[in-house]
Amino acid sequence: MDDANHWLPIAEISRKVQTGELKALDLVEQALSTIEAKKEYSAIIATAAERARQRAADIDAAVAKGEPVGKLAGVLFIAKDNFLAFGAETTAASNMLRGFHAPYQATAIERLEREGAICVAKANLDAFAHGSSTENSDFFTTKNPVDATRVPGGSSGGSAAAVMLDMAPFALGTDTGGSIRLPASYCGAVGYKPTYGLVSRSGVVAMASSTDTIGPLTRSVEDTAAVLDAMAGRDELDSTTIERDQAGYRDLPTAQLRGKRIGVISEYMGEGLEPGVRSVIETAIEKLKEADAEIETVSLPSLPVALAVYYIIVPAELSSNLARHDGQRYPFSNPEAKDLDASYSGARGHGFGAEAKRRIMIGTYVLSSGYYDAYYKRAQTVRTKLIKEFDAAFQGVDYLLGPTAPSMAFKIGENADNPLQMYLADIMTVAVNLVGVPAISIPAGTSEGLPVGLQLMAPQRADRALLGIAKETEELLHA
Amino acid sequence: MKLARLARLDLTDAEIEKYRAELSSILQYVEQLQPVDITDLKPTNQVTGLTNVMRDDEIHDYGYAPDDLFGNVPAMQDRQVKVRRMIG
Repeated sequence: MDDANHWLPIAEISRKVQTGELKALDLVEQALSTIEAKKEYSAIIATAAERARQRAADIDAAVAKGEPVGKLAGVLFIAKDNFLAFGAETTAASNMLRGFHAPYQATAIERLEREGAICVAKANLDAFAHGSSTENSDFFTTKNPVDATRVPGGSSGGSAAAVMLDMAPFALGTDTGGSIRLPASYCGAVGYKPTYGLVSRSGVVAMASSTDTIGPLTRSVEDTAAVLDAMAGRDELDSTTIERDQAGYRDLPTAQLRGKRIGVISEYMGEGLEPGVRSVIETAIEKLKEADAEIETVSLPSLPVALAVYYIIVPAELSSNLARHDGQRYPFSNPEAKDLDASYSGARGHGFGAEAKRRIMIGTYVLSSGYYDAYYKRAQTVRTKLIKEFDAAFQGVDYLLGPTAPSMAFKIGENADNPLQMYLADIMTVAVNLVGVPAISIPAGTSEGLPVGLQLMAPQRADRALLGIAKETEELLHA
Repeated sequence: MKLARLARLDLTDAEIEKYRAELSSILQYVEQLQPVDITDLKPTNQVTGLTNVMRDDEIHDYGYAPDDLFGNVPAMQDRQVKVRRMIG
């Protein structure tokens, strides 16, 4: 911990654990006591205390014997509860999976553990990652660390809150339409959504398979890069994975900003943008200009319909992925049902929360034979149009820039009765998932005391370069 | 509601009324795709350009124990998943 009681940078923690200057077991106790002390924020579903202590003791013992302990030795993290992990249940914050014990771990968790990282707890989310506020959790709503009357964003809201409450140096989230970047923006964290396929989704509860990604939430870009470095790359358990960058993601390129062309997305700076957000983003743009980045305005004309594309494709895919919850294979069942059909619909009708049911029905509708062409196929084709517009934009500029969200964190309950209004929180994040490019949200300032995130995007597979300029931008913003 | 039956969801009458209104407004929102010009464009299913990813048809041991994999099943008999009668 530093003077402000934040965790040290990840590289520093692991270095000190490797030399024995810090004991992993002490760090685990520190994390567990912080989790306990700040439980009124409801960021955590369960701790994996026993397993975390055992792993920490093993690491400390290995250090004492002079054995190698990995690049993330003793670095603690909190996994969103849709990652299969040992040491606690994996519920996806759903009644459907309450009582589910992972028979194996997610590849992301395995790779982090291989480098000596330790999972101490599982974070709250909107059930099955359906939502933008964690209010759709079947268990409880997480509170924003900056203002406890407001939502932390979602769906990785517990992960973002946990990092900003200093429960661990990093947390894992999933981003299908903004679920890492939005809570990062609302809570003041760094949130990273990698290129589609860069991090294996094996062992993560599937939502929409053509847009699901995994990434870290941290307090700094450098910490994000250290975590990504341990997770990225091909995995034979996820056939959509791509090769990692040969240079890795640590030791980021420096002094790249000068002369780089950065396109400000005009569709994201127009109507509907809260004035406070606009002013924070404009100030950030001025600082980038002062650092000799070449700023220009770029238009991607199909962006205004990206959310409509998203709300066809994603429900379609998740309705298929959630078909496995049929009351036969997972803990939630309906043993009183009179026949097989009733055992399906009874378990699903009672086990799924309102948002899951809503999305399953939309997905079922847009995939049904009479409507498939008009909805699903058309959405997939407009998606192509969006991809072409991003490709064209990246011919002219190196990076794209905009706000992460049109406004700051909203009040708990404010959008509870209006699902469509809730969906609009994701209006600036979903396009990136449909196109598969990487994007990062970094804290750029505050408005009315609430954090505002700046979003930077790069072409597919340019993750390393994106993290490099994000780190430079972060330094400019904090200067 | 036919949709609830297709999705195998038991809903109460109150839920049906609530979802009827909400789903209508969501479907109305996505209607904005209808006028978009998509002439000469093909649908996209995979964004990074990967096509079929194959491996040799060999048995790999990933260290998963069958009993662990069955550990979350609510009803088992003789190491099989127990379900309701399927054929009347």
